[in-house]
Amino acid sequence: MPPELVLNVVIAGVLTGLVYGLMALGLSVIFGVVRVVNFAHGEMMTIAMYAAAALFAALKLDPFLAVLPVAAAFFVLGYAMQAGLINPFITRPEHSQFMLLVAVAIILVNALLIVFGPDARNVQLDYQLESYELGKLLLDKARVYAAGLAVVAAVLLFLFFRFTLTGKAIRACADNYLGAKVVGLNVKRLYALTFGLGSACVAVAGCAMVLLVDVTPGLGPYYTLLAFVIVIVGGLGSMGGALLGGVLIGVSEAAAGLFIAPSAKSMFSFGLLILVLLLRPQGLLGKRA
Amino acid sequence: MQRRQFNKALAAAGIVSLSSPLNMARAQAQKLRVGVILPRSGYLSFIGQSCQKGADLAPGVVKEMLGVEIELMNADFESNVDTARTRAERLIQEGANVLVGPFDSGAAAAIAQVAEQRGVPFVINIAAAPQITEQGYKFVFRNFQTAGDIVRNGLALIGDLLQATSTVPRSAVFMHVNDTFGQAMAKGIGAFMPKMTQLPFKLVDTISYDPAAKDLTVEVSKAKASNADFLLLVCRLNDAILLRREMVKQRWNPMGIVSPGSPGMYEEQYFKALGKLSENSISNVPWYNPNANLTKVVEKAFLKQNPKDRLVFHGLNVGFTFEALLIAADAFRRAKSTDPRTLADAIRQTSITDKMTLGGPIKFSEKGQVEGIGSACVQNRNLVPTVVLPATAATAKPIFPVPEYKKA
Repeated sequence: MPPELVLNVVIAGVLTGLVYGLMALGLSVIFGVVRVVNFAHGEMMTIAMYAAAALFAALKLDPFLAVLPVAAAFFVLGYAMQAGLINPFITRPEHSQFMLLVAVAIILVNALLIVFGPDARNVQLDYQLESYELGKLLLDKARVYAAGLAVVAAVLLFLFFRFTLTGKAIRACADNYLGAKVVGLNVKRLYALTFGLGSACVAVAGCAMVLLVDVTPGLGPYYTLLAFVIVIVGGLGSMGGALLGGVLIGVSEAAAGLFIAPSAKSMFSFGLLILVLLLRPQGLLGKRA
Repeated sequence: MQRRQFNKALAAAGIVSLSSPLNMARAQAQKLRVGVILPRSGYLSFIGQSCQKGADLAPGVVKEMLGVEIELMNADFESNVDTARTRAERLIQEGANVLVGPFDSGAAAAIAQVAEQRGVPFVINIAAAPQITEQGYKFVFRNFQTAGDIVRNGLALIGDLLQATSTVPRSAVFMHVNDTFGQAMAKGIGAFMPKMTQLPFKLVDTISYDPAAKDLTVEVSKAKASNADFLLLVCRLNDAILLRREMVKQRWNPMGIVSPGSPGMYEEQYFKALGKLSENSISNVPWYNPNANLTKVVEKAFLKQNPKDRLVFHGLNVGFTFEALLIAADAFRRAKSTDPRTLADAIRQTSITDKMTLGGPIKFSEKGQVEGIGSACVQNRNLVPTVVLPATAATAKPIFPVPEYKKA
């Protein structure tokens, strides 16, 4: 097998994996702080993809420029969802939270079907059909841009949690819920802020993903499952783990397609999931409970 | 009359009175209720909706042609085989006399089982997996080529194409969707290629992929690395669009893309999504005869219902779906009954010569299969699927090898 073929496929896997990673990062951040598993995560990403596609159709707005309004809208949506809908469920049993978010997911899919119908929507820009040529390597431009956006968004999120007071307060809530309340932090507001940030992450990933994939309402459950696979492989609650998990899934799917059979790609990522669950249940970068 | 005789007579009268209203109703039925099962959502939705256009125009046209009333009971199986099974069950429960659909071999196999168990005739519009009509079913009928026929006709047309263009490719890479239809086609190609000695090329690699794939980077990279002269492709619609885009991104310009018989590249959405990139793709498929009388009638009804559409983008889907409904209505007219067994017997006796699609008359074999359906080599030219072979039906000359996409 020619080495440039292997390298091309691996690089494509890394680039797609970074976008997957950003999507999963939102899920990981929300779980890491709020301790609620967002079963509507993929559906939210699908809505972001539709939003980017609709902005492109109406205003010819490049999805990279649509990132700002879509992410801002998703931040508000996420904040409102946590403050109005999820906060009352924080102290309830896990199965109640699970059912709540599954119900939200089903409503979102059906709302998309009602509004947009079952047909696929996409964005068509000239650079989506172009590639960078590096010797024998061909790098898909849209994929490079999407991965770059994912990295920038992940770095900004990391800096926010690391260096801002609000970020530190959110981390304090994640580390010790009771302690955070005792020192006077407004935990519910910080939870809402976290859910807003996680949603904004998903929005950015959606804007990037719409350049690579046509969007249909049925994509939601697929992305929810994919996000779960990634965060479990990378470590639930770990930001670096989500990105690493995304890249690993992207590369392993690409390599499986190349070396085994293209139709076995998904099977391979689930195989990786089982392997991680067996050998390192907390995930590659997760902390042992 | 003794008490025992009286009881027997009463029981017999009861049975007659219970069963006869039903028989009367069936015998005197004025309307045929047809359950139309299509994938109007999911990854096959564009083609499902295209087929639906053929179903929607049928009641009016059939009423005019045969004086028969048909009522459509539409169901969407969401491109999901399990859903197809449950939709078929529900349509039968709700009183469908005949089932029509589903444009998908996997779904057709599932619906065929239900139809056979429940004893309700099922007329397949489009689905090619051979095994569907190899099970000895009594209620399943297909007016479409089997995968074997499609492949045989498709490969023969490739031979004609190469001869007409004086081209001698030495190799092809075969890519196919990994579903019931794709596997049946792959099996057909494996069986027929060695026998087609007039074909000068060999298959250097076979690559199967998920029909619902969202990314075909790896598949196209592998195909490109094979250095094959051209791409032999068995696809659906969404994957065909994805694959064509990926070929452009990876700057892979083989002699051409030729389908030995699959949907996708002649569909309207392929042109809409790809624009100029859709040019010159070739599909050797069962096709409709634009000059047939029935085509003109159907086209008129089609344009009335879809004033912004053109039949040429839906001809195959509309043609075979309409004909499936025509078969059911024609049988109902002759049977004068909706009794399933009588209706199935009438379908078996079908002989329709005034048809829309290419090939001989619609007559079912013992297996419930129509033989002798014709194929055409359809090349995308100036954003329209255009018949380029056989020469008798062609409206343009074939181009092969095709120009590189930038020059297209």
